[in-house]
Amino acid sequence: MTSRWKALLALAALLVVLPWLLPNTYVLDVVNRIGINAIAVIGLNLVMGYAGQVSLGHAGFFGLGAYTSAILTARYGWPPLVAMGAGMVGTGLLAFAVARPILRLRGHYLAMATLGLGIIVSIVITNESAWTGGPDGMPVDALNVAGWAPTGEFQWYWIIAACLWLAAWFAGNLVDSPVGRALRALHGSEAAAQSVGVDVARYKARVFTISAVFASFAGSLFAHYVGFITPQVASFLHSIELVTMVVVGGMASVHGSVFGAALLTALPQLLAEFEGWEMVVFGALLILVMVLLPRGLVPTILRRLRHA
Amino acid sequence: MLELNGIAKRFGGVQALAGIDYAVSAGRVHSVIGPNGAGKTTLFNVITGVYRPSEGTVKLHGEVVSGRSPDQLARRGVARTFQNLQVCHHMNALENVMVGAHLRLSQRLLPALFHFPGLRRADGTCRDEAMELMRFVGVHEYALRLAEALPYGVLKRLEIARALALKPKLLFLDEPAAGLNPTEKGAMRELIRDIAASGVTVVLVEHDMKLVMGVSDHVLVLDYGRKLAEGTAEEVRANPAVVAAYLGAGATGATLQ
Repeated sequence: MTSRWKALLALAALLVVLPWLLPNTYVLDVVNRIGINAIAVIGLNLVMGYAGQVSLGHAGFFGLGAYTSAILTARYGWPPLVAMGAGMVGTGLLAFAVARPILRLRGHYLAMATLGLGIIVSIVITNESAWTGGPDGMPVDALNVAGWAPTGEFQWYWIIAACLWLAAWFAGNLVDSPVGRALRALHGSEAAAQSVGVDVARYKARVFTISAVFASFAGSLFAHYVGFITPQVASFLHSIELVTMVVVGGMASVHGSVFGAALLTALPQLLAEFEGWEMVVFGALLILVMVLLPRGLVPTILRRLRHA
Repeated sequence: MLELNGIAKRFGGVQALAGIDYAVSAGRVHSVIGPNGAGKTTLFNVITGVYRPSEGTVKLHGEVVSGRSPDQLARRGVARTFQNLQVCHHMNALENVMVGAHLRLSQRLLPALFHFPGLRRADGTCRDEAMELMRFVGVHEYALRLAEALPYGVLKRLEIARALALKPKLLFLDEPAAGLNPTEKGAMRELIRDIAASGVTVVLVEHDMKLVMGVSDHVLVLDYGRKLAEGTAEEVRANPAVVAAYLGAGATGATLQ
């Protein structure tokens, strides 16, 4: 068995056992939010970790998914799954359309362009209050799959866990395919990738689109799970959180993405007792991780284990 | 198979290449030599699509390809290595070679996302072929090591294996012997001969005269972006203008080693 399948089975085992070990629904709720974030982070890691392109606008795609689900179900009565699919297609099309001009840029300039894209989405959501409820947000209909509607954190947990595992499986498959190899190659050297026939611009656009679809799906899931969304979901701060989850968990590591999402979603809750100082402690922890483990947590730990 | 007509390349006010006519015929080893800054690598970059020529055309099998991108040239069977190594350090050596087979594998997304069995089989075949190529260039024992951990000489050969994985008709080697010790240079000469014998047309840029004179059927000499001479190794070696460019104007009567 390949190490990738071992890791996927370990993730499956963890997901099956985890809910039985949690003390109360409050913790279960945090875990569910971790799972949703992790799906978006896995997608973002495809762009950042594997293809080596930065995106500071991914919360924009998350927000597009969330609001498409909310608007199409609440205002037009679409079935939630269809609305979710429409969000993924729409977000994917938008990402693909902007990818070519944006991904021609490199480094800081690419970061600025994706930042701009995220901010545009967030402003549109805030201003179009007739559709989105503006800064006050809007309620979202319950998820409904062929007549069955999940209720409570426990039922939701299984939905989110299944989606998370599938996201990890898809991402792993992609990385471990000729397409993924081409992506990793253009990260290593664009000149080398081009010299063997990789259409660099097309590949960057493809991975950017895929990761936007991951984010949109996570956004839709979030909207239905929480039942109420505000423009916060598409905010710059959320984009930064997603990027931080990728970096802390580990670039180019699918399981690092899950770990990064877990740490950065749970930590603020755990630090609540620092009352007002939690963001300071949080920031300090991030700096420590980056100084001591610059490859990110999971890759560093795996390396240590291998060399031990 | 490859034909250059009146190629010129300017970078701002710098004339890197001027009026180069050059033809590469199939099944031979061609070398491009010249002092540093003569325009050798620029010529390679023009031919392989990295640069668009300021003037002139590049024709491949009769089709004008100047202005096409490197990946479009790769689709037409043109492969290359780089003077400054372009290796993906975070991938293992075998994967680096497998990237070379990119165009022969499915690039569709759905099979990749679902890992369809057909794709896995094709990838397995590609892996075996890549391993075979690594054996051919003599670096197969490093297959599963990360490229960042490999010595320079191995990486030079790895780049050649990657280029060969494209199954090219035309292979450009940019200074294949640079930085190698004498033993490695001898082995590189053998490798270039083996590649040519397998039916690939080879064009190399090289400073090492012993290597150039030992493998080339045809030599092009550049100086200050212009064609100084061309012909067989013997002809070029005996050309006074070439000797002067390499050894200085006062060195008439000397020969290049």
